[in-house]
Amino acid sequence: MVLLAISRPSLASEATGNGTEHTITTLPIVIWKWEEIHFPYLVALWVLVSWLCKLVFQLNPCLTRVIPESGLLICIGWVLGGIIYGADKVQTFRLQPFTFFFYLLPQIVLDAGYSMPNKLFFGNLGAILVYAVIGTCWNAATLGLALWGCWLGGAMGNIDTGLLQLLLFGSLIAAVDPVAVIAVFEEVHVNEVLYILVFGESLLNDGVTVVLFNVFDAFVSLGGAQIDAVEIIKGIISFFVVAVGGSLVGVVFALLISLLTRCTKNIQIIEPGFIFVLGYLSYLTAEMLSLSAILSCTFCGVCCQKYINANMDERSVSTVRSTMKVFANGSETIIFVFLGISAIDPSIWVWNTAFILLTLLFIFVFRFIGVFLLTWILNQYRLVPLDFIDQLVMGYGGLRGAVAYGLVLLLDENKYKEKKLMISTTLIVVYFTVMLQGITMKPLVTWLKVKRAAVSERTLAEKIQNRTFDHMLVAIEDISGQIGDNYMRDKWNNFEEKWLYWLLMTPIARKSCDPIFNIFHKLNIKDATSYVKEGERRGSLAFVRNENKADVDFNKKFGADFSEMIRDSVPSVCLDMHEQDLKMRESEDFDAHHLLQQHLYKGRKQHRHRYSRKQLEVNKDEHEVQEIFQRTMRSRLESFKSAKMGVAPPKKISKHLKKDQPQKVREACTFSSFPLVFITIFLEFSEGDSASGYEAAGGSFPMRAYRGAGIVNPAFMAEMDTMDPMPPMQQIPSWLAETEVDSSNMVPSQRAQLRLPWTPSNLRRLAPLCLSTHSNDSFLLADSPATQEGISELPPPPPPQDGQGQGTHK
Amino acid sequence: MHIVIKLFGVPLSCPITNSMNIWFSCFLFIIVTPAHIVRLYDRFEALDKEKTGHLRPQDFGAINRLAMNPIGDRIIGAFFSPGQETVDFHSFVRILAHFRPADKKHPKDPSMPEPVNSRTSKLKFAFQLYDQDKDGKISRAELLQVLRSMLEMQVTEEQLESIADRTIQEADLDNDDAISFEEFRKSLEKVNIDHKMSIRFLR
Repeated sequence: MVLLAISRPSLASEATGNGTEHTITTLPIVIWKWEEIHFPYLVALWVLVSWLCKLVFQLNPCLTRVIPESGLLICIGWVLGGIIYGADKVQTFRLQPFTFFFYLLPQIVLDAGYSMPNKLFFGNLGAILVYAVIGTCWNAATLGLALWGCWLGGAMGNIDTGLLQLLLFGSLIAAVDPVAVIAVFEEVHVNEVLYILVFGESLLNDGVTVVLFNVFDAFVSLGGAQIDAVEIIKGIISFFVVAVGGSLVGVVFALLISLLTRCTKNIQIIEPGFIFVLGYLSYLTAEMLSLSAILSCTFCGVCCQKYINANMDERSVSTVRSTMKVFANGSETIIFVFLGISAIDPSIWVWNTAFILLTLLFIFVFRFIGVFLLTWILNQYRLVPLDFIDQLVMGYGGLRGAVAYGLVLLLDENKYKEKKLMISTTLIVVYFTVMLQGITMKPLVTWLKVKRAAVSERTLAEKIQNRTFDHMLVAIEDISGQIGDNYMRDKWNNFEEKWLYWLLMTPIARKSCDPIFNIFHKLNIKDATSYVKEGERRGSLAFVRNENKADVDFNKKFGADFSEMIRDSVPSVCLDMHEQDLKMRESEDFDAHHLLQQHLYKGRKQHRHRYSRKQLEVNKDEHEVQEIFQRTMRSRLESFKSAKMGVAPPKKISKHLKKDQPQKVREACTFSSFPLVFITIFLEFSEGDSASGYEAAGGSFPMRAYRGAGIVNPAFMAEMDTMDPMPPMQQIPSWLAETEVDSSNMVPSQRAQLRLPWTPSNLRRLAPLCLSTHSNDSFLLADSPATQEGISELPPPPPPQDGQGQGTHK
Repeated sequence: MHIVIKLFGVPLSCPITNSMNIWFSCFLFIIVTPAHIVRLYDRFEALDKEKTGHLRPQDFGAINRLAMNPIGDRIIGAFFSPGQETVDFHSFVRILAHFRPADKKHPKDPSMPEPVNSRTSKLKFAFQLYDQDKDGKISRAELLQVLRSMLEMQVTEEQLESIADRTIQEADLDNDDAISFEEFRKSLEKVNIDHKMSIRFLR
């Protein structure tokens, strides 16, 4: 009260002049500065309110299960709009097109592009383009013409419009909206291909929408008489320019971002910021050049994601991901709330039943017809045809949303006398699609699925066999190369590896981009983590050291931490301990079916789509892939060993590797089959289920690894052609990469490898550590001693009992 | 020795190892269409990095994604006839031809040999994946092996054995504790094999 009393004189004086000199009678302690601050304050307040709405209905989870979030937000928007209208008698807050197109939409599109599953997207790009371009044109044309026909027929009464205006209206309402699609499809988990088709279409049809909108707008201004063939041809050309130009702008910005992240090693703290700024600039630049801004932003995100994820530090990557989600989700919330609020405004409502109903009907019908037609054409060419159910869902998923509303607000009232009618219709259409179709989408999908899965797997044999078939098909597809797509993909991959990686990625990042190396790396990390956990459980990491009567030599060179790391990075602890635990567990009753359902590996085809606005999901299928990979490597090793008599595979290995030796010495990585042998050997180390017998099987292992750490030791180079089976391992496991050593330090670490537990069955094949410059790949040595000349210092393998720590021979 | 086939005017040179293969190459046209042969040959050459005209297990191993497939190695093994270490182009195509969708239009001619992509042949192929020792039966041990590779590691050995036992119980009709081909076929009579074991591009 005192404050108010004090502030009142200042308020009064302020009312006269905006912060200019005014006479005050006393020193104001607190001033009410509403006028100055009201704009940012309102913005912040509205953002807060919109996000609080989200909070409100999350309190009631059963509500969200039935109605999609977007629908609920619209409802809350209505409520809020009603309140404001009641208070102000005029709708002071509405969704302004400028705000929508420049402040709310870009981050959604950027997020969509950045999180896009690229392989899927480009794999289906043809189909997506067909739907986006031809489908949207079809929708626009048919809707416009149908409405025009009905108008001519008099069904709509007396409205002041014409063919061109109706075509314009058709074009802006024809486009499937990305915001709505994301919002609804996210809660309905459909299969990947279907999702990417609808989603991709919703993003890429902006190119068409922008062109059609501008073209018809221009035509309306020109008037019907001036439209001749030239103008139409210009229109078609403008489509290509806008679409392709927009994409190019996006790609250019993607290149910029990638190049930038290559150099931002030292400013990691604001590295994430660059992504956002440049992404936004790509949107604005395209808009400035009157090209398709959404396409630009999408392609910017799509093209740069791989390189920036590789270049940036992991923390930066997760920052970018989280922040994008915050912005995108936040924007979407605000958009839907304001869509609701904007409706509560009698000044915009013009009701024409026929127009509205006909629009709704035609949108629906022509969407389905378009989808079925195009799919029928596409299925002639697709590797995996789309079945009827998918087409149905795709047709039903043609949701319209805020983009249409934004566009309709941009219309000039003088040219379009029926602007209000169009606004009303657009709003109704948006509400219809988002709410009604959103609500019924999930039950529809579930219902259709039930119809499909009429054949249930009755027997275990069927279940197992079905899964086998899935895996079999995936394998055959891989073997046969999925011909057609693959050729282009291979060419692109080669181009990418040759040029783009070199240009856009930091050297370190280049190494780690191979998928197998990634798996390998993750396995290592997993094993190291479980080792540490085990150590903690047992009290200290010293528990392993006690088990060997090792010499302490290596401590001299490396220090205690490294020795443990190196010695026991061998994940001797995790796997077998795990299995031991399992054995000790009592077997309970279980339902075999349930078990199979839970634990059968899913084939690649069954992996679900990973783009989600709400969750920051890391690929959960990686665990499965890692397991399978580990097993495959193990069994290959076994079969190598068992087949050593027959085919002498080591010979082939060295031949293979030798051939690639020259290329790989100093080059960026490409993993192929050779490192598989390396990996198998490494994994073999990890096998140890018994602590008996440590042979220096890994003798050459660190040696190779150190070479891979960038040091080219001429002493070893000479041997490479004849002996060395392994390419220089640039992709060494991280735990080895940390050790900055040169070749002189090889001795101690080689000794360190002695501690590797080794299965008894393999002992015979392992030569002990030889500190010679020749290849010590014991695997090879054991397998084909005849081919290795010059291994002068190869003592016979010691008997198993001897293995307790005396591996070093000189 | 090479034969040069002209397919749609594209000369395609296939290495032929012996004269018998000329007969096989004609047979190829029956099981796969000519256009597919060209593409498969491209793929064969791409896999055969050393240009020997044969594929070895390592060449298949170079396909990284197979390492991430639980039964990838078995599939690779299926390409190699017992005792052989290499696969030539004909065997390659022959195996892949199993996965062609069955030709529903032409009625089955009883005098012709069983086409490679018929339901029976496909089932035989699947059966061979299980039956590694080729004794005509899937024994419990063999089934266990397959199960082990297809189930996640957290499944215990007892659970695996239990599943294997039940599976054999379901399918085994003559109580010999193994699944013969007939029993295998019978257990899958409700499954649409043609749909599940076909690759579209081989249409």
